[in-house]
Amino acid sequence: MAAIYSLYIINKSGGLIFYKDCGTKGRMDTNDSLRVASLWHSMHAISQQLSPVNGCSGIDLLQADTFDLHCFQSLPGTKFFVVCEPETPHMESLLRYIYELYTDYVLKNPFYEIEMPIRCELFDINLSQAVQSDRVALLGR
Amino acid sequence: MIGVGKMKLYSNVLDKPLSKGKQEVSLSAFALLFSELVQYNQTQVDNIAELERRLDDAGYAVGARVLELLCNRDKGNRRETRLLGILSFVHSTVWKVLFGKVADSLEKGTEHEDEYMISEKELLVNRFISIPKDMGTFNCGAFVAGIVKGVLDNAGFPAVVTAHFVPIEGQHRPRTTILIKFAHEVLKREARLSQ
Repeated sequence: MAAIYSLYIINKSGGLIFYKDCGTKGRMDTNDSLRVASLWHSMHAISQQLSPVNGCSGIDLLQADTFDLHCFQSLPGTKFFVVCEPETPHMESLLRYIYELYTDYVLKNPFYEIEMPIRCELFDINLSQAVQSDRVALLGR
Repeated sequence: MIGVGKMKLYSNVLDKPLSKGKQEVSLSAFALLFSELVQYNQTQVDNIAELERRLDDAGYAVGARVLELLCNRDKGNRRETRLLGILSFVHSTVWKVLFGKVADSLEKGTEHEDEYMISEKELLVNRFISIPKDMGTFNCGAFVAGIVKGVLDNAGFPAVVTAHFVPIEGQHRPRTTILIKFAHEVLKREARLSQ
């Protein structure tokens, strides 16, 4: 069964604004997750410069032996990335769906300050529903 | 000019019939605008009660205008004089025009004679809003309570209207209830009319 290990959302300056792990593997404490987020932000930016192809928009997928890392960058520069089991399908559409949830329950919330850590109950509830494995399979259709 | 031949030209703009207008508005556009309204009012006040009052006032202005428009457009300029009449007008017609559906339920209060409640599983204005824990019982539905108050006041049924969260067992999100408490003279008049 394909599993998602964790989800990170970083703002356009590289700060971690949301971190959620699914309890199975790859758990991190707060400091480590902040470090991973800023590491990824820098690598993403550097890869745009290093790319031999013009107009590169950064790293979309990082594949390792024990995990895959899928990344989605929105137009304003907010990055959504998910660490999951290797060969997990439908991660791109999951990331896009999470971006939709973000625009709905975070950006339309008057009590959310932009670029600050996300503390929105509705976002958490809908995200948990989306990340359940049967929902992910539905997104793939 | 293209298309002008189809429209009957009126010499006076006041003679033009009131159109029904576009029936639908983008929910996202409304949600973002409402979010900005709340944020703007937050910068102007010091405490939560004041913020609720401001949202209430904003809704009152909407309610007054909606009453005039709907009386003309949907009810043929008839005026409601009975309590149940105006309540079902708010519960069905006003809700349908503003939120696209009738309200979930209309109940009479059991404890007091002058209390009525309109309940909704989730108010449209609250759909994308998560209240932070430190704001306690604040409810952006105060805007909708203001709309109802505006309609009732201008129809001749003065009332105190508030919005409350009612926790429901088995559901994570609480239901919202608009509590309407009519003024004393409204009940006296209603009693007189019932005879």
